[in-house]
Amino acid sequence: MAELSVRVGGLRFRNPFLLASGVWGESGESLLGAWNAGAGGVVTKSIGGEPRAGYPNPTVEQYGEWGFLNAMGLPNPGIAEYPREIAVALRGGVSVVGSVFGHDAPEFARLAREMEATGVMAVELNLSCPHAEGLGSEVGQDPSLVREVTRAVKEAVKVPIWVKITPNVAEPEAVAAAAEAGGADAITAINTVRALAIDVELRRPVLAHGLGGLSGPAIKPVGLACVWKVFERVHIPIVGVGGIQSGRDALEYLMAGASALQVGTAVAFEGVAVFGKLARELDGLLDELGFPDPAAAVGVAHGRRQSLNPGSG
Amino acid sequence: MRRISRVTARVQETPSTATLRFDLSAPALPGQFVMVWLPGEDELPMSLSYVGVSKGVTVKRMGETSGHMAALPVGATVGIRGPYGGHFDLTPSRVLIVGGGSGTAVLAPAAEAAAERGARVTVALGATTASELLFADRLGPPRFARHVATDDGSRGHHGFVTDVAEELLGSEEFDVVWSCGPEVMMKKVVTASAERSVPVYCSVERHMKCAVGLCDACALGPFHVCTDGPVFPATALAPLAEFGGFHRDSSGRRVGH
Repeated sequence: MAELSVRVGGLRFRNPFLLASGVWGESGESLLGAWNAGAGGVVTKSIGGEPRAGYPNPTVEQYGEWGFLNAMGLPNPGIAEYPREIAVALRGGVSVVGSVFGHDAPEFARLAREMEATGVMAVELNLSCPHAEGLGSEVGQDPSLVREVTRAVKEAVKVPIWVKITPNVAEPEAVAAAAEAGGADAITAINTVRALAIDVELRRPVLAHGLGGLSGPAIKPVGLACVWKVFERVHIPIVGVGGIQSGRDALEYLMAGASALQVGTAVAFEGVAVFGKLARELDGLLDELGFPDPAAAVGVAHGRRQSLNPGSG
Repeated sequence: MRRISRVTARVQETPSTATLRFDLSAPALPGQFVMVWLPGEDELPMSLSYVGVSKGVTVKRMGETSGHMAALPVGATVGIRGPYGGHFDLTPSRVLIVGGGSGTAVLAPAAEAAAERGARVTVALGATTASELLFADRLGPPRFARHVATDDGSRGHHGFVTDVAEELLGSEEFDVVWSCGPEVMMKKVVTASAERSVPVYCSVERHMKCAVGLCDACALGPFHVCTDGPVFPATALAPLAEFGGFHRDSSGRRVGH
């Protein structure tokens, strides 16, 4: 039996598999449900300053067994309402990372401060939503803005800051480096990949918003490449996300350089029980390949030992 | 899997509800729902009111999109995803149906399927007024023992359908109760049935987006209506503060019923 707990900087999680932001995170009881099913931690829905209904349906379109396109439009109950949901999860002992999104550095800083006050262990900055105008990835495509937002948040909160980056730029690693320069404690990579589905009979995009973001197995190689490049570029830990459905997928991400992982779309394909399955599969695979714990596998595909000793932060 | 279908028939059931029929070969069971897409507008979850190859949904005019959907003419184009969700267990042999308003839509195919299996099915229908009683003929004699209640007394019992249901539960033996309607109504049905140890299954509605268990829009306590429901045993619903208490709007905010 491998020891499955992992560290991301100074934070410890009971296993590497965290619920990704956007999935199951609107209600506190759902966050608790993912934890009870075996998730190592949970990341909340991205929360903004005001309640936001999101886009009309269709907001989701399945892409066969390869994944889903979505353009939810960042629906969330707003930072004033959301603490009661986080409280439900925290009362259940859940390791919660709070995700926020905003228009500019001052708004990110204010939201991060309010998120920190709920008692979350870290704040994740959503700088990467591919389908909300003026929010997320429009900030996240510009390294100097990313540095500015991260620095403003760093000055506002004491808990670690994770910056979630978009793959929809030529050099995601440059964005990650900017976040590191601004004081980020970890990089979450990747958010969804910009995508489109068209209904040929109706001659129109399926999603009400038109463009959306692709998640699921189809984007695993994209996520791996992004984690790989970010690992070469920055010295802070990486949280890998994108199409993880098996212990083998997880180990690929660890070997590419991720210290922890997030899982989203697999919940739609296999239900929340996927968290237990992933932990069992990774456990077996680590034993089989002679790794005492997940940290021992981090970055090994680069041909050098990881520079991040677990816990060194 | 999304399919583009055409409306093959339309029936104005009551002043506020209309049934739209469309062909969909995917098998479905009573209690399941589909996502109906009105291109350019929105996509809404609709319980199936007909479950054969020629399927149907019965739409109540509630908001803008449901109003437009209920007014769709024969030949109109809609997108259909599904069927999704669970269904009623059709094996019990003595069934009481308690339907309120448009909630009766999902109960009608369940009543028919149970009757086909040889069950004795008793029906209690409620509405605000006589003209808003849904499927009163479809769920009437000779096939079904039907009881009616209206808020204004224009037909049947003057009062709530739950009064009728309680009386039936007191005078007849039932193996199961199936209910759908306003949540305060279902909550009363659940309480009345629990006193007599009759199991109840309710079809529950929540705001819905993805319909595949990802987005959390339809969170209901520890459940998701899209994948865990929409048909729930009352034993799962009764402990929830949300049941008959509050729902979540499109942003996820808690809103009182």
